[in-house]
Order: sequence, then C-alpha cells, then structure tokens
Amino acid sequence: MTDIPFDAVPERLSSEPSYLEEHTITSWLFTKDHKRIGILFATSITFFFFIGGAAATLMRLELVTPYANFLSPDEYNRLFTLHGIVMVWFFLIPSIPTVMGNFLIPMMIGARDVAFPRLNILSWWVFTIGASFTVYSLIAGGVDTGWTFYTPFSTMFSNSHVFAAAAGVFITGFSTIATGVNFITTIHTGRTEGMTWFRLPLFVWAIYAVSVVMVLATPVLASALLMIMCERMLHLPIFNPDTGGDPLLFQHIFWFYSHPAVYIMVLPAMGVVSEIIACFARRTIFGYRFMVYAMIGIAAIGFFVWGHHMFVAGQSNYASLVFSFLSFIVAVPSAIKVFNWTASLYRGRITFEAPMLYALGFVGLFTIGGLTGLFVAMIPIDVHVTDTYFVIAHFHYIMVGGSVSAFFGGLHYWWPKATGRLYHEGAARLAAIMMFFGFNFTFFPQFIMGYAGMPRRYEIYPPVFQIWHVLSSAGASVLAVAYFMPLFYLGWSLFYGERSPPNPWRATGLEWKTPSPPPKENFLVPPRVEHGPYFYHAEQDPGDLTEIDTGR
Amino acid sequence: MNQLFPFPPEASLESRGVDMLYFAMVGVSFLIIVIVFGLIVIFAWRYRAGSAALRTRLPAFFSREVEIGWTLATLLAFLGIFAWAAGARQVHFAPPENALNIRVVAKQWMWKFEHPSGAREIDALHLPMGVPVRLNMTSQDVIHSFYVPAFREKQDVLPDRIVTLWFTPTELGTFPIRCAEYCGTDHSLMDGEVVVVTPAEYARWSERNGDRGLPASGAQRFAALGCAACHAARSGIAPRLAGLFGSRVRLEGNRTVVADDAYLERSILDPRADIAKGYLPVMPSYRGVASSEDVSALIAYIKSLRAGGKP
Amino acid sequence: MSGASFITKESWSDPEQEFRASFGMWVFLSTELLFFGGLFLAYAELRSQNYEAFAEAGKHASFFYGTLNTFILMTSSFAIAIAVGAQERTDIKLVRFALVATLVFGFGFLIVKGLEYHEDIEEHLIPGAEFPSGMPAAQMFFALYWVMTGLHALHLTVGLGVVGRVWLIARRAELPENFHRTLEVSALYWHLIDVIWVMLYPIFYLVGRST
Repeated sequence: MTDIPFDAVPERLSSEPSYLEEHTITSWLFTKDHKRIGILFATSITFFFFIGGAAATLMRLELVTPYANFLSPDEYNRLFTLHGIVMVWFFLIPSIPTVMGNFLIPMMIGARDVAFPRLNILSWWVFTIGASFTVYSLIAGGVDTGWTFYTPFSTMFSNSHVFAAAAGVFITGFSTIATGVNFITTIHTGRTEGMTWFRLPLFVWAIYAVSVVMVLATPVLASALLMIMCERMLHLPIFNPDTGGDPLLFQHIFWFYSHPAVYIMVLPAMGVVSEIIACFARRTIFGYRFMVYAMIGIAAIGFFVWGHHMFVAGQSNYASLVFSFLSFIVAVPSAIKVFNWTASLYRGRITFEAPMLYALGFVGLFTIGGLTGLFVAMIPIDVHVTDTYFVIAHFHYIMVGGSVSAFFGGLHYWWPKATGRLYHEGAARLAAIMMFFGFNFTFFPQFIMGYAGMPRRYEIYPPVFQIWHVLSSAGASVLAVAYFMPLFYLGWSLFYGERSPPNPWRATGLEWKTPSPPPKENFLVPPRVEHGPYFYHAEQDPGDLTEIDTGR
Repeated sequence: MNQLFPFPPEASLESRGVDMLYFAMVGVSFLIIVIVFGLIVIFAWRYRAGSAALRTRLPAFFSREVEIGWTLATLLAFLGIFAWAAGARQVHFAPPENALNIRVVAKQWMWKFEHPSGAREIDALHLPMGVPVRLNMTSQDVIHSFYVPAFREKQDVLPDRIVTLWFTPTELGTFPIRCAEYCGTDHSLMDGEVVVVTPAEYARWSERNGDRGLPASGAQRFAALGCAACHAARSGIAPRLAGLFGSRVRLEGNRTVVADDAYLERSILDPRADIAKGYLPVMPSYRGVASSEDVSALIAYIKSLRAGGKP
Repeated sequence: MSGASFITKESWSDPEQEFRASFGMWVFLSTELLFFGGLFLAYAELRSQNYEAFAEAGKHASFFYGTLNTFILMTSSFAIAIAVGAQERTDIKLVRFALVATLVFGFGFLIVKGLEYHEDIEEHLIPGAEFPSGMPAAQMFFALYWVMTGLHALHLTVGLGVVGRVWLIARRAELPENFHRTLEVSALYWHLIDVIWVMLYPIFYLVGRST
C-alpha cells in the first residue's frame, strides 16, 4: 500500500492456500480462524433468519382476516414471541458483528487474527448451546410472553417454556460478550503499522462502538433474565407484587439493555453502508471524523434513553420528560449520518451494483425509521401510539429496513471476498429492488393502522383495519420471495459462479489487498498503512496522494 | 369513522393537541424526506459514472463548516420539537380538580369500573361529557394497559399499585376501550367501550344503577374489618377520618398530599406508602383482605364523614 | 506450515502484543460489574420500597459467617497480591506459596459458605410457605441473598480453577515466558471476586443491625 491503492495483489500471495482449503468437519467446528468462524456464524444466523421469517409469515397469513382462522390465540401469542426472540437475539444482534465483524475486522486492521482466537470459537459454541435451549423451548411448545418477558406475566402467569427460552437468551448473551471483548481488544492492540485510530475504516469504528455497547449492556440483560429464571425455577420472589416487588423494576433493567441493543443492531449497519457508499460513489465519506464522533455519541447517549419505552408504564412524568429530551439528543448524530451519506454522493462517480442499491435503500428506510422515532420520542404522541402498530412499523423500519438491508448489502459486497466467486448481478439487483418495495408495502400500512389505534399483539382485531392488514400481508409475500432469492443465486454462485479477482469492486481497504478467498493468515507480510481510508480520489488523479480531508 | 382511513374521532380535550402535533410532524417529516430522497436522486443522476459533471475536490475547510452547521441546525430543530411536545404534555401533569373519580380494576381479561355512586359495570364505562374524569386503576394479575384511541390516552395498569389517568370527554358517543399491554391468551379480546352521555343523563344513569346505601354499607364494613379499633375518634393511634376527604394531609418526610380518592385507596391497600405525620406505621395492608367492593364502600363512607363527625 | 505463516508469526511476537491479555481482562471485568450491577439495582430498589422488611430480614442473615468470610476472602486477595509482587522480584518459591495460600483461603470461603447455607436451610430462610418472618417482603431479601451470594460463590469456584491453573504452571521447572501476564490476569479476576464480596457483605450482613 505504498503507492496507489488499486495495485494488484503480489503473485506470491496468490499461491498461498486459501482459508477454505481444508474440508473436514472438525476443521470447521474447532477452527480458530476468524474467517471460518464468521462463516459458521453466517450459517447459524441464516437458519434462524428463516425460522423467524416463517413465524412472521404465519402471523401475516393469520392477520389477513380479523378473526382467528387457523391459529388459536395461544398459538398466535407463541408465534410473535418466537418471531421476536429469534429475530432479535439469534439474527439481528449477532448478524453483522459476528459474521462480517469476525470475517473482516482482522483483515481491515491488517492483523492475522482476532486477539483471542480460542475465545472466538468458544463464542460460536456458546451461541450454539444457547440457541439449542431456545430451539428446545420451541419444540417443547413455545413461549407466550412476548420477547420482552414482562413481569409478573412471565414469572407468575405464563404457562409456557419461559425458563428454557430465557436460559437460551441468557447463554447467548455470553457469546455476545465474548465477541465484544474480543473485538475491543483486537482493535486496540492488533492494528498494523500506520493504522492509526483515524485511519480506521468506518466499519471498524462501528464494530468498536457496538462492542462497547455489547460489553456494557448485555450483562444487565443477563442479570434480569437470571432473576426471572430464579423466580420461575426456584420460586424466589423478586418481581412478585404480592411480596412487595415492583412491577416496573424488570422493565427498567430490561430496557436499560434493550434500548442500547437497538444500537447493537443498527450501528454495524451504519458501518457497512459507509463502506459501500464510499466504494460505489468512488469518493471518500463526507465528514469522516464527524461520522466517527456520531457513532461514539450514539453508543454513549444510547445508554440513557431507555425510559422512552415506559412513558405510559407508570414512571414519573418528570422522568419521562428527561428521557424524551435525551431521545431527541440521541437522534442528532443519526441525522448527521444520513446527511453525510447523502453528501458523500456529491461529486462522486456513482455506479449502481447490488450492494449500492441495498445501501441507498438503507439510507432511505433508515431516514423514515429515524423520523418516526422523533414521533415516539414526543410524549403526547407516544402516549397514543405506543404498543400500537405505529411502533411496530417504526422499529421494523430501523431493524429490517435498516439493519437487514445493510446485512444484505454487506453480504453481496463481501461475498466475492469470502467465497472467491461472483454472483449473478441482475438477480441480485432484482432482489434488492424487490426487498425495498416489498418492505415499504408491508410496513407503511402499519403506520396508518397504528395511528388509527390498532394495538400490537392482537390476533383478533376490529374489522375496520382489515384493508390495511391485507395490504401489509400482500407486501410481506413480496418480501418473502425477495428474501428467498439470494438463497438461490448465491447458492448457485458458490458452485458455478465466475472466479472473483482479489478486488472486484476496485475498493480501498486492506481486506481487498489479499486474494479472494483470502489465505489462512490473511497477509504475507503485515501491511503498512500510509493514509486514511476511502482513498478513491487517487483513481482519477494518481498524483494526488495528500492525506484526505477528514473534517478536522 | 371513515372505512378506509379509520382514524378515531377527537373525543377528548386532549386529543386535539395530540393530532395537531402529529400532523405537524407528518408535515415536517414529509419535507425532510423530500429533501433527503430528492438529493439522493439528484446526486445519483448527476454524478452517475460517465456523466460530465464537475468533480474537483471540495475545499479543505468545507466539510468542517458544513458539519458544524447542520449539526447545530438539527440540534436546534430537535430541541424546538422537544419543547413543543413537552409543553403540550406539561399541562397534563397535575390532575384536574373536582374530577369525577372512578375506580378501575383490570384482570385477565376484563375491565371493571366502580362509580362514586356505587354503580358498577364491566367492559363498559359511562361518562358525562365535559366533566374531567380521573381513573384510579389497579390490576389483579398482570400488567394491562387502558387505552381509548378516541381520547388519545393510554396508561398501563399495574398489579398491586394504583395508577391514575385523567382526561375530559368532549364528544357524545361510544368509543372502544382496548388493552394495549400484552396480557396473555385473550389479550386481543380484552376490550370494552366508553359511553359518553350528557351530564344530566349520567346523573340519571348513576341514580338508576347506583347504590344509595353505599356509605352505610361502608360503615358496616368499617366495623366488620376492624378499622374502628384504631380509627375511633379518641384512639390517638391512627388519624381521624372525619373531614379527612379533600383536606391537605401532612406526611412523614415533610410532604403534604391532598386526601383524594386515590389517597384513600392507597392508604387502605398500601398504608406504608404515605404515613401521616406523627403516627407510627402500624396499620397492616388490607390488600387481599378488603375486596374491591369493600374498598369502594369504605371510600364512600369516609367521604361521607364531615368534620366534627363521629370517627 | 507455509512460508507465509512463518513470516507473519515472526512479526507478531511483538512484546506490545502481550498487553492484550490483561487489556481483555479489564474489558471483561467491566462486564462482570454490570452483571452484578443489575442485581444491586434490584436490591437497592426493592429495599427502598420495603425498608423495614429488609432490616428485619437482615437480622436473620448470619453475621458471624459473613464476617468470617470477609476476613478469609480479603486475606486470599492479599495472598495473591503477594504472589504478583513476588513474581516481579522473581521469587518463585514465594509465588508458589502465596498461590497455595490463595487456594486454601478460597476453599475455606466455600466451606464457610456451605456451613452458612446449611444453617440458613435449617432456619427455613428459603422463600416459600415455611419462611419464618411475617413480613412478605423479607422473602425478597432472601431471594436476592440466595441469587447474589450463589452467583458470587459460582464466580469464586471459577476463580479457584483459574488460580489453580496458574499454580500448576508455577510448579513447572521452567516457567513460560508470559507467566507474569497469566498471573496478573488471574489476580485481576480474583480481586474482582473480592470486590464484589466487599459490596455484598454490608448489604446482606450489616443491614438492620444498627438498631
């Protein structure tokens, strides 16, 4: 990386065996290679994505009519609980950090592996053990508490497999923590020569910020779940109102984790999108430093806004005011990021490959999700719309429109790097466009229903809302088809796809300076870094090697 | 109600303000979405690969100035919206005086309402139009949430606690009540309706369904539950109840509180929450001892005691 | 092993990289603090609402065993601190002795804890029908007592494994190069267990004893 950043990979390195070379099962299950662990996580979360998606499909089918058709109320309640638990803890939270973070962080900072490779594979094993508890609770008959496990319903009234589900989430939490500890230490101690903090790609910054949130928030969820498990299994009264327990205590502890958890889901997505937009606009990210500050700001302030989930829960009015205020403050850095992505397109040289379509889709949907976030940060509006479909639509815009779009964007962007194969570009673009429209089709009607007073978690609903539910379900079927498409054309590319060159997108970044798929040790010699990320202007003007303006 | 856009009517004093805020925010959001999407589309077109647009580098200072500019602008705009929303809510902080107090008991999966007149109803709530109403709500099992979309009001109902919600109905008619906090199997069927009638009609309705003997029945229960032992006129163990209702009570910890319906109910069910100044916390909780009907009757009885009266 | 990995391995044995083990441990300790933090929050909140019941229940907790265990655990922390200090002076005999002392005190803590739990069970201090106190909220005190002290004992058991491993390494004739890091990281974890106990001791054994 001493001259212009698009030079070819050294010949000698190309002859190294790739990380995919060994084919035994144990070489996968007990690997210590961060790239293989990323692939292991990818298979696990793909499995859970389709389980959660199947639950959503059944719910949307049931909701086509206002009456109970083929599901009993108890079955419906188990389905939305399953959808929430699986999608939040077994897909969204691990998705980008454990798959792309594991695969890319060491390569992006020029390291051979993460700081603690053994802890890394342990993290996948712990995830698998936790997941099997949850799968058990599903097979055994499901859980009907909602993914929020509110007490005293979950501790005293629910007659379902709360313990197994909570244990599954509790155990999986340790996997998240292990991953977070690993990434923080890796980014602190593993950066190659010349890779200063402000030369890190924004994806690395995003994973760093999210790891801090993981390490500090997840144990609080663990303590809440531990108390629920003790109360259910050992009958220790902690949240029991009859002995003087506080029904709101659990909610405070739970949301102290679960609001930052929203940022665990969306911060890595922001990192992925920054990489993609810079690459396909052939331009540096506008305001790089401000993007970094914005992510740190979101991670930090995100810890102090949990009370906005509880405006009608019975907390003090004055507490609500403070939480409302802080929620507006935490929205500022998110808005800045949207402006910066848009401005990064200015004077670019833009092409529209599939990853870019996903990234632009992310910016649009995240903007709508963020703006409706302002609605629910306003106490008078939130009192009306909380626990209605308005909130459902809002957070799906952030998590599905935002995080899942970014996940697919990143998947397509780094697919040639991870597999060494190219996919069918036309099919990928079609899937991206279908996901965007299918998504809006599914969730925009829910804003309208929500403001009209359609409460969430209702199987049987007032018939006036039927037209909107039908629209939403129709959109969901488009979305379902779109989500299946990558399974086929990416699967096809694995075996029959054209071989990928080391840097098919002509992107900057150290992960592209090594063959696709990369060799076991990533680099032949630890690379040296001499300038900031996103050095795309050198492409037009090879003489221009000045440090890129990072907005100091 | 429009079939295609089933927006609930604005049927309370509070609902108009909520809708104003909401539609103003819809306008603001629409504007921002047009700007952001518009810029993305314009840039995507103008700077597509191969177009002849100018692409020289921006001056070094540019990024920093722009960043600080739009950060401050966003911050100020958001603070403005916060101040507006907070101001709109703040008028709702203090409960209205002379409100009609109604006790609400939620349980899986029904709503029970008890009026001051002693009238009781299930899954239906008669209210007079134009009169501030205060609901003193508690749950007997899990958390529920009392939600009337037409009033734009919602409040979670907690087990073993009394939470209050107040509003003023302004339209005659029938409006659905829904449970908004997931509460188990029949959560989606835990509904009811608010029937808003004219004050005169409400008075007649209360007359017809009420229980004139409620204070008297309260007096009997007062004796039967053993309250009189401590709350007798000269006992000195417990505060006198005559003239208590509506007065300001000094509490331990130098707080004062107005003895309203919610205070009386809390003092019966959770006596240690508010200890009257100068008394020891010796009263046991009557939760589970006094039934919901007992509590209504006791409150009616205490309200009927005038200053200088017997206990 | 291929030529490439040989070269990269070389460039990684940078002395600065050894720093990562203790760095990672510090990050992990912040997680542990927040894990217990949620439980401490629950205690604080419930106690503020059930003040008298907690004071009443606190009188049932065994002051003698709690205080004895505080002494034992503080001493064990002192012992492992001596081990770290002796390692810096390369006094390996003292390191071994201090590690054994740490282990002995650690096991001692668990034994005393077991005696205390036995006594608690005999007094039916387990929330449920046979719970002796008339105040229902006292059961919450003991619910948290069992959860928090149990979780602490679990941590201590893990800590014994960690320190035991260091001791096994220290018994070798030739110490590995990074032994001081291993010892330091293990000592950090052991001190955390001590710190958490120091916070548990007043809230369970001293509460309700002033009056």
